[in-house]
Amino acid sequence: MSSDAASTEAVPEAPVAPRHRGPPWDVLSAVAVGGALGAVLRYGFSLLWPHQPGTFPWAVLSINVVGCLLMGALMCLITETVTTHRLVRPFLGVGMLGGFTTLSTHVLGTMNLVAAGHPGTAVVYVLVTVFGALLAVLAGVRGTRLLLRRKGDAR
Amino acid sequence: MTALLVAVGGAVGACLRYLVDRHVQGRHGSSFPWGTLLVNAVGSLILGVFAGMALSGPSIPVLHSLFGVGLCGALTTYSTFGYDTVRLFLDGARLRAAANVAATICAGLTCGALGVLGATALWGS
Repeated sequence: MSSDAASTEAVPEAPVAPRHRGPPWDVLSAVAVGGALGAVLRYGFSLLWPHQPGTFPWAVLSINVVGCLLMGALMCLITETVTTHRLVRPFLGVGMLGGFTTLSTHVLGTMNLVAAGHPGTAVVYVLVTVFGALLAVLAGVRGTRLLLRRKGDAR
Repeated sequence: MTALLVAVGGAVGACLRYLVDRHVQGRHGSSFPWGTLLVNAVGSLILGVFAGMALSGPSIPVLHSLFGVGLCGALTTYSTFGYDTVRLFLDGARLRAAANVAATICAGLTCGALGVLGATALWGS
């Protein structure tokens, strides 16, 4: 009985704020337009820098590293400093940079390297992408923070 | 024409990623990015199927642009994965950051390979 009382008292509060029943259409539209732009940019990049299956996928590596650098910079701007419009993150972050960078094409490139008889290059490709991407995020965050601080000091 | 197909696929892929992530994170409320991990695994599986199909079955360029480059490319993401990992690491959850890297790479490669093998088995015979 006492445990019953305890359990009714200890009803946890909802861990997240109550959500809308349906998806927020303005956010979804921003994500869609951003995603379309990001994917087309990635496609354009791959046309400018074509690569034969089985060779080192420089274009996809650059896309993912550059996208991560920009994501670090964007999230630093949004979370730490400027009050931005609430659709900026869905449009630029979730949509555009999310649609620009890709894991699936990276995976396909890795499998193509293995299939072409270059398993060592495939391992190098995976490691360079992971560490390059993580360092790029960090550089984006730290670099933006530094620039903002300098700008603040100059005022 | 190809760019249009990529754009439509990219719009749908990004929306699916947003909705899946919102649903998964809303249920778990955990700091571990389960939603991004899930879309990355599923997107790699689908692209694997398309790659396997192109190897051994019918080659349909329209489907490749729409689903392969557009939808799978935008459904999966490296930037959100990278940012989430760095955020976990800087928040002191270093083990979870490392687990996210290992899980994403292993799930992506395994699902991609399974997709290729499945499609090859289906269309190769």
